[in-house]
Amino acid sequence: MERDSKKEARNYVWEGAIPLQIHLHQSEVTTLPSPPPALILAPRIGYLPLLVPQVKPFFSSALPPGVDTVWFDYKGLPLKWYIPTGVLFDLLCAEPERPWNLTVHFRGYPANILTPCENEDSVKWSYINSLKEAAYIFHGNCKNVMNMSQADQFELWQSVMNGNLESYLRVSSKLKFGIFGDTFSLRLNSSSVKSRERAELDAAGTVTSGRIPVRLYVWSIQEDFDNLEDAPSFDSWDKISYINRPAEIREEGKCFSLGDAMKMLLPEIFGDKASASGDISKTEVEDYLKLNPEEASNIEGTKVMAESKDVESCNLSKSAEIKLLRIQGIEPKLEIPFTWLANNLMNPDHFLHICVYVKVPELTTI
Amino acid sequence: MVLESGTLTSSSSWVGSISLDEFRVAALSFAERWERCNSSFVQWSWVCPKRLGFAAGKVEGYLCLQNILIPRGTQDNCCDEASANNSKEEPCFDGEDDPIDNATLVQSSDGEAHYYDFHIVYSNSYRVPVLYFRGYCIDGQPLVLDDIEKDLPANSSKILTESKWTFITQEEHPYLNRPWYTLHPCGTCEWMKLLYANKAPMVKGVPVDQYIISWFSVVGQVIGLRTPLEMMRS
Repeated sequence: MERDSKKEARNYVWEGAIPLQIHLHQSEVTTLPSPPPALILAPRIGYLPLLVPQVKPFFSSALPPGVDTVWFDYKGLPLKWYIPTGVLFDLLCAEPERPWNLTVHFRGYPANILTPCENEDSVKWSYINSLKEAAYIFHGNCKNVMNMSQADQFELWQSVMNGNLESYLRVSSKLKFGIFGDTFSLRLNSSSVKSRERAELDAAGTVTSGRIPVRLYVWSIQEDFDNLEDAPSFDSWDKISYINRPAEIREEGKCFSLGDAMKMLLPEIFGDKASASGDISKTEVEDYLKLNPEEASNIEGTKVMAESKDVESCNLSKSAEIKLLRIQGIEPKLEIPFTWLANNLMNPDHFLHICVYVKVPELTTI
Repeated sequence: MVLESGTLTSSSSWVGSISLDEFRVAALSFAERWERCNSSFVQWSWVCPKRLGFAAGKVEGYLCLQNILIPRGTQDNCCDEASANNSKEEPCFDGEDDPIDNATLVQSSDGEAHYYDFHIVYSNSYRVPVLYFRGYCIDGQPLVLDDIEKDLPANSSKILTESKWTFITQEEHPYLNRPWYTLHPCGTCEWMKLLYANKAPMVKGVPVDQYIISWFSVVGQVIGLRTPLEMMRS
């Protein structure tokens, strides 16, 4: 049952797609009337430059002469091609926009903002580089990736491009990433000595590393909003903090949840216990309240507590609040075991990409 | 501020990496030593980046060396400098306006002076320092990789082509959201471990406060920044 459920979740992730409506930028239209937009269903786990073979023929008759350097923008923001398409969508559309309206350019590559992308090979090497980094986080070295045969490398990349999960699993199993063990669930299911021994054996086999590759995309907003439609849009990547930081699972009896992971990954916002003032239980209650903003009955209490506090640098970050957290287009509860998310919602580069909208307080200069 | 000195890690199980806290200690130690031994040169500064709308955690930051001029050397001058440097027993940069070894430079095709920024940033994934750098002309126009490779010391090209573990890639700067060049860090742990193993026997353990001094003695050579000899003595 658990195995089937896991496979089902991964299938959903790999089959996930985003309807795109791609417009040619006005400055590059040489025909009247303008060409209609291209309608494309883009894989969530893919990358925008991989759509060029479909997009370019569609617009080629309208393009001015010159050398093509393809890039995309959304509301004027150049899109980072090395971020998976699904992550870009989750991050840039607070309220999902369907179809997602993008603009494609074939000239004027913004080299000061985007790293170069010359062809499919650029995307492939960016992917391999991420995979190598994930392997390093997991194993402490990236030899499995570095020593991949050309045939395996080709098959792996083809499976990513074609969305072939079965092929991907066959090749990536050689990289020995394994499955992050959920020891908490295993212990719950143990009811006899024999079962317990088997569970421990399974746990020993699966828990080969305490570090999970995570990439956070944190958008901090100072003004508050209740509905996603009211979220302000941003015009610069400088407003997003990209945090490349692995999550380290602690071997405790307690289940390691998504909420626990967020506290570890964003200590700037949710504070370390070591730096917290006051007693531990009070801190935990406050953290719980801030991590669960939907508890309406406690909102006023939280607000009062925040207002009554002295404005100190160590307490300033405590009024930060997660407004939205998205992984693969869903908003998981903070109580979900983090290892389940890692096993099921990971991208083919073996990173868990997490988009977070954080409400931060107005800065007070003392 | 008083630097924490004598920071040690158990040497038997050490894999060649450092933690974020150790990186900060080692970085400040490196900057301090550089200032002491290389006072006539541009100094490294510690940058605490703003993140998430306000200053990041106290620990986080990176080392920064800005506006380093790579002078344009002519072919004749290269030969003369090479002869002069060969005769010196220990090259010393005190009193020199420019500690860059001119003999190893190649004349750039456009004849303009090239400037470089160097950043030493901690990688949470690889748990090692990573060198980020970019080159530009006096008008701020960024250099392409070909021009940068021409500015590198002659033996660096050999290292970069021969080793599959050491190579230049263009990646996004972790704090500045812009494309920068970087030496890929995937092999750093291994050669740092070897480097420490070849040092004097470590009775107490691994002196992590000297990590970046050792690291830079290797990485600096690739980019043409020589580490003063006094920095290596501890």
